[in-house]
Amino acid sequence: MGGNAMSEVDYADVQGLVRFGYGHMTSASYRLVKVKSAAAAKAWLRATPVTSAVTQKPPPKTALNIAFSAPGLRALGVSDTILAGFSHEFRGGMAEESRARQLGDLGSNAPGNWDWGRYGREPHVLVMFFAEPEQFDSFVKSTKGNVWSDAFEEIATLGTSNLDGDEPFGFADGISQPQIDWEQRRQTPCSQLGYTNVVALGEFLLGYRNEYGKITDRPLLNPDTANVELLPAEDDPTKKDLCRNGTYLVMRQLEQDVRGLWQFLYKDAGGNFEAAQQLGAKMVGRMRSGDPLVPMEKQSIPGTDPASVRQNQFTYENDPSGARCPFGAHIRRTNPRNGDLPERRPSALRKLAIMLGFGPKGFYDDLTSPVRFHRILRRGREYGSELPPEQALNSAAPGESARGLNFVCLNANILRQFEFLQNAWIASTKFAGLTGESDPLLGNRQPIPGCPVTSNFTIPGDAGLRRRVPGLPQFVTVRGGAYFFMPSLRALRFFAAD
Amino acid sequence: MTPQSNFMVLAPINPDRELELRQLLDSMNRGPGQVDPKNELVPFAEFNNLHFARFVILDDHTTEDVRLYGLAPRVYPLYLAFLGDMDGDANAFLSGLIKRAGKGLVKIFSCCQGFRPDTDLLAWMKQHNAPAIAAYVNWRGRTVQQIREEAALYEAIEDYITKNADVVLALPPRELYSRLQGFVNTEKSAGRITLSPASPTPLGWQMMNLLHMIGLPLLVLILSPLLIVLTPFYLIALRRLERTDPEFCPTADQKHSEDLSRIEDHDVTNQFSAMGSLKPGLVRLLTTSAVLKTVNYGARHITRPGRLGRIRSIHFARWVFVAGTERMIFCSNYDGSVESYMDDFINKTGFGLNASFSNGIGYPRTNWLVRDGCIDERKYKEYLRRHTLVSQVWYKAYPGLSAVDLERNTRVRQGLETPSMSDEQASAWAAML
Repeated sequence: MGGNAMSEVDYADVQGLVRFGYGHMTSASYRLVKVKSAAAAKAWLRATPVTSAVTQKPPPKTALNIAFSAPGLRALGVSDTILAGFSHEFRGGMAEESRARQLGDLGSNAPGNWDWGRYGREPHVLVMFFAEPEQFDSFVKSTKGNVWSDAFEEIATLGTSNLDGDEPFGFADGISQPQIDWEQRRQTPCSQLGYTNVVALGEFLLGYRNEYGKITDRPLLNPDTANVELLPAEDDPTKKDLCRNGTYLVMRQLEQDVRGLWQFLYKDAGGNFEAAQQLGAKMVGRMRSGDPLVPMEKQSIPGTDPASVRQNQFTYENDPSGARCPFGAHIRRTNPRNGDLPERRPSALRKLAIMLGFGPKGFYDDLTSPVRFHRILRRGREYGSELPPEQALNSAAPGESARGLNFVCLNANILRQFEFLQNAWIASTKFAGLTGESDPLLGNRQPIPGCPVTSNFTIPGDAGLRRRVPGLPQFVTVRGGAYFFMPSLRALRFFAAD
Repeated sequence: MTPQSNFMVLAPINPDRELELRQLLDSMNRGPGQVDPKNELVPFAEFNNLHFARFVILDDHTTEDVRLYGLAPRVYPLYLAFLGDMDGDANAFLSGLIKRAGKGLVKIFSCCQGFRPDTDLLAWMKQHNAPAIAAYVNWRGRTVQQIREEAALYEAIEDYITKNADVVLALPPRELYSRLQGFVNTEKSAGRITLSPASPTPLGWQMMNLLHMIGLPLLVLILSPLLIVLTPFYLIALRRLERTDPEFCPTADQKHSEDLSRIEDHDVTNQFSAMGSLKPGLVRLLTTSAVLKTVNYGARHITRPGRLGRIRSIHFARWVFVAGTERMIFCSNYDGSVESYMDDFINKTGFGLNASFSNGIGYPRTNWLVRDGCIDERKYKEYLRRHTLVSQVWYKAYPGLSAVDLERNTRVRQGLETPSMSDEQASAWAAML
């Protein structure tokens, strides 16, 4: 067995969303609720079957997964001592002022403007319903049952729509996902010279080794009668690991101004729709079809899903200038596909030279951290009616409802994974040697002291000078957000116990 | 070129006047972590050779950690540190500082022990200067004036390109380069762009620098027989210590963490002040000195401009012993949030971090001084957060500019001043615009 192989994961204990996106269950909704009565809530939790990560044949037609915020755990009576073992970010919350500043949630994105998740409207529990369309309504009704309204007060219900694999701007989405090393064959810590799509289990599931070869911090309990069912901690078998087989869930409701984007692209392209689509592709980093802007790599990248090889087997090694896929494009920002060193196969001496700072001298070289420590597992779903780009050029009908993405991602370390991506790569106006621009889709366009303009988008040229597109309007507005903990089934029973 | 220098005034605070001092320092800010550059006490903006400055009350909460070694903790006075990184000679700067900020500085330092109404401010500050055992400057010789001029140059070029996009974007690189050279020369003649020539390098500084560059390795060479003989004993002692030194990385206090976050991320650059006690014993002290003297040597003579190893985001940094050899403070100015700073370091220069900080009490266990240690990412981050101090006042002379921005602007200027370029060079130059 591999050097760090340990006990196998008990899929029956893990909530299904970690392993499956439930793609065939095209109807889904997210209910954000506050605990009205802890006793009733616990009764409901005890009585409600939660979908596990066990593969079922045939696949189920319905699924239910549940996650809790820090105020939610408190409302259920979890002690402060136990809560103190959860991460700073989870306890502080997404809406906390300093955190919001780091995440770029400023201006219209500021938590004070959120529909849900701001101070006073923090959800306690996130209940996620998934089902095949015919079953959906009855599933929700029967799952809620009689106790629901005694147990919970609904803060927000986020519906979803099925856009057939596209996100609301009109681009194919969900192509790139990390492959979780469920069998724990990955040797960590390790030196990773080339990009790999396989990521250590502990990056997505608490209680297991992460890419640093360590286990992320979580509350460890002294064994007693209340927690007898919980599994022991891998690094301290004398203690019970409350979070083992659980993970943190980040949720953000991202409203997308589809008309705003396409009208901007169309205007910049001088009324040429084809050129508008090309500019859009440069901003996203993929064509609308999902094809990347750089050619597919012949050599396979470990962990690439065979079904997505054509669109996901690539790195940016052959695009060092950004001429094919701009440095600031959305998918290049959120996944630079790099290894640990700026060169793929350095000799031992060259490696030493690189480590000491005598590696490549180019201005744009070696500016980004290695991505394997910052991967997230995306599980979100779109909402709102479909609006094809061609139709987006017209004005909205009165009372048109909003559309966007209910962004959901799973990670074991919110700070190093989601927050790092959002702060250092998406919101940063200084990413990869750029200046005056943040993510073209998600950027808040807010001025920063000393830098009044942050609304540019740079398209590097083939030989020399770039094209700089100025004046990008804000295309995405944050309408709500929160951090949750999605427990294992054992931990769920622990929280729900009388 | 004009070399950079630094100062750190370090003085114990009079306990009766601590509150007054805190209020004075607070009054210099517009908001948490945001100084008023023209504040009445020390109007930083008036000094056009001052890169960074800060006031920190060294509120070290980790002095009890020495109990891990069975030693009784010392009771230290509470210190105030006032540090700055500037162009040119430190003494000349301090004289200039006192001329315009003397009154404010007197108000502040009156809260320190031993400062009387008749105290000579300049003499007192010099007397209380704590020299750095190691200091890092991102780009030796780049002055504040140069930074501002090059930033204005970059803006002017961007503006020109925007206004003439149709023509300019179609030009091959060398023609583009000539065109922009022409534009800049026109602007210079009209006085709209200034690119001051570099000042001559002070002879005294050059001599000292040369002496240091040759002297230190020469010293090591002369001592090498002794060093070689001692090395196995040293390594045995170090390994024994590494196996027995206790780790102490409790989760940082939530409130402390929040206090730090509140003053962070108001500019693209952040300040960082971390303090701790050294592990007791001669071996650890000698290791600290040797490592930091090596870092200092590297930073002065070897590192490429703009880089500390693979890290390109640090503007200025220094390590200073605080009143004796038991405690040390590390101060830096770096780009991005603390999380990305930490991450960059662990991934790109873990060995450097371990070598410089593993001699602090409680640091995550290292092996052979450079291995492991900060790779235990969680322990390392909590350790650092716990040892990080809240800085009361922090000033940066060029808001909104990162170290990489500065490098770009300098390279753009250097390119313009090159008499001729090949196609490839012109292309690489244009790609930075």
